[in-house]
Amino acid sequence: MGLKLEENKGYPLEKQFRSWRDIAKEPISKLDSDAFSRVRIVLLNGIELEAIRFSHACSRMNRDLQRNLALIRRVEQQQATTINWLLPADQSPLETTIAYEQVAIEVTAAIAQQEPNAYLAQAYRFGLLEDFDHMYRYSALMDRLEGKDANNILQSYTDILPGRPTMVEHRHPFDDLRTPYDRKHADPITKLNALMIMSAEFQTHDYYMNVGPLFADPLARALYAEIASIEEQHVTQYESLSDPEETWMEKWMLHEAMEVYSYYSCVESESDPRLKAIGENFLDFELGHLQVVMDLFKKIERRDPMEILPTQFPKPVSFASQREFVRHTLAQEVNMSADGPLFIDRKQENDRTLLYRQEVNASGSPSEQVASEYRWAPGTELTQKRIAM
Amino acid sequence: MTHQDPGLGRNRTGMQMSPLLSKEMMQNLNTFPWDAQTMSVEDPEKLEMDYLQTAHPIGSIPVPLTLKGMAMSGIDKLKGARPEIFIDKLGERMAFERQGVRLYEALLRKCSAGSSSPAPVPVERLELIRQNELEHMFLIKATLENFGADPTAQTPSADVVAVASMGLLQVITDPRTSIRHSIEAIQVAELTDRDGWNLLIELADALGEDKLIAPFQKALQEEDQHVHEVRTWLKNLTLMEAGVSAAATF
Repeated sequence: MGLKLEENKGYPLEKQFRSWRDIAKEPISKLDSDAFSRVRIVLLNGIELEAIRFSHACSRMNRDLQRNLALIRRVEQQQATTINWLLPADQSPLETTIAYEQVAIEVTAAIAQQEPNAYLAQAYRFGLLEDFDHMYRYSALMDRLEGKDANNILQSYTDILPGRPTMVEHRHPFDDLRTPYDRKHADPITKLNALMIMSAEFQTHDYYMNVGPLFADPLARALYAEIASIEEQHVTQYESLSDPEETWMEKWMLHEAMEVYSYYSCVESESDPRLKAIGENFLDFELGHLQVVMDLFKKIERRDPMEILPTQFPKPVSFASQREFVRHTLAQEVNMSADGPLFIDRKQENDRTLLYRQEVNASGSPSEQVASEYRWAPGTELTQKRIAM
Repeated sequence: MTHQDPGLGRNRTGMQMSPLLSKEMMQNLNTFPWDAQTMSVEDPEKLEMDYLQTAHPIGSIPVPLTLKGMAMSGIDKLKGARPEIFIDKLGERMAFERQGVRLYEALLRKCSAGSSSPAPVPVERLELIRQNELEHMFLIKATLENFGADPTAQTPSADVVAVASMGLLQVITDPRTSIRHSIEAIQVAELTDRDGWNLLIELADALGEDKLIAPFQKALQEEDQHVHEVRTWLKNLTLMEAGVSAAATF
């Protein structure tokens, strides 16, 4: 049973403001909650932050939309707070980083498999292998800096292995721009997928930029600096997949639709009843937002929103371990790079990317250094050491 | 149920909770083409060493007024080649005592919100210790002022001890931690505090600040008492939770 727009008008926008006590709820248990509950929280926070980001950009460029944007944005900001405040205080910035990379791997892998456009699916697989490597580097950092096992967060859903080495992920900015889908012919799910993954990567970039300086250790600071730069590349890539010819109203409506689809997907798979109830509540909110924006779209563009939106939302995103898909992709595509919008073998890289990489790696590579001879082991690599008794 | 110690439950962090997934994870780990990887760098500690060797100090000890020639104070009468170290350490103790007051206030809130009756630790003793920490703070404040030093400044040692104890506050203020968890954190604070006063007395003695010894000794005795009490509460709470002691006695 898919979610049908005509049957789900959502909760009225004017009733969506909430009290501080309702906004800031009790967090999940880092120890007892399922890792995929945490994955959904991180993803939804990324979605909400993008809603706020887009709304501000749109407001700066569209005087007539400012009141409606401000109203919905205030609700989105409250939702973002509720979602992000579900993360507990005993979850350190590095542990949260591991969770962010788990999102980047598992959700991107799921999206890559449901994406009907072969080129966009390739772009997701391309980014996926880079985030997969980040997980390995951050796990090495966590092990060697704090003596902690990243699998306490991952709960065995996600492998901790090298991917495309972070050191060679650095490309010239022109080689991170892709060819967008065509707004007139693309499947609605293609548009929603591109927005969802871009949102997740954007918050990852911003998170690393915020928490990187919280670390005292020089190598940790350097690693966050290096990987934040790759996340900027990923945002550049994923952002360029959306058609820049879409109108502001079209983009706004797609953002709201993507939020509906994200909450719908999370609610469908959530097993924690408390989190499920929050998700259902916010799904209703988002359906309410979408109705408002659809009405505005009709009024301003004098077009039927259903030219753009799906009458029935696609089947929910799968929140499950994508281990086999990742393993297969790794074996097939680890040596890929990009030349402008084209995906190529790394041996064919152009001069500008080679020069850029040489420049940023000129003083050494934090990602190589942190994981020198690192192999993850259950309970940290120290459990593999031989000691004299 | 509030602030009770956790019992058995569905903790998902270990490999054994997900036997099938863990088996797959180990299979992929063991069949990964490790030999094809370039896994080592020539000097894995180079970057850290670069930063370690070129770093500047975390900050400076604030200049007392006398060094600016603005007012007479006691610091110029202190013995030793670097009397400012005493100011730095006094600043550290003051910051720690100030945080100590807040730690006990947070613990008192947690105790009063709990459902256990009587409270698992004696609230009146917690209130008295909080009062002691506040008095110690004022003692240090007056000492700093007598030396012409600025009691509102954050000295480097005050900053560092605050970084070192960040986790204590996080443990005690988290509504999901138990009284015992909080007492564990308080114990870390009290052990550090007691040794801090010990060191301060030795430093005052070496610097010839005889008039400070008696009030500082009094503070140390109170801190000794805190350590003793906290240690006893922690032992009793832990034994009680483990079901090997009928009830905590204070």
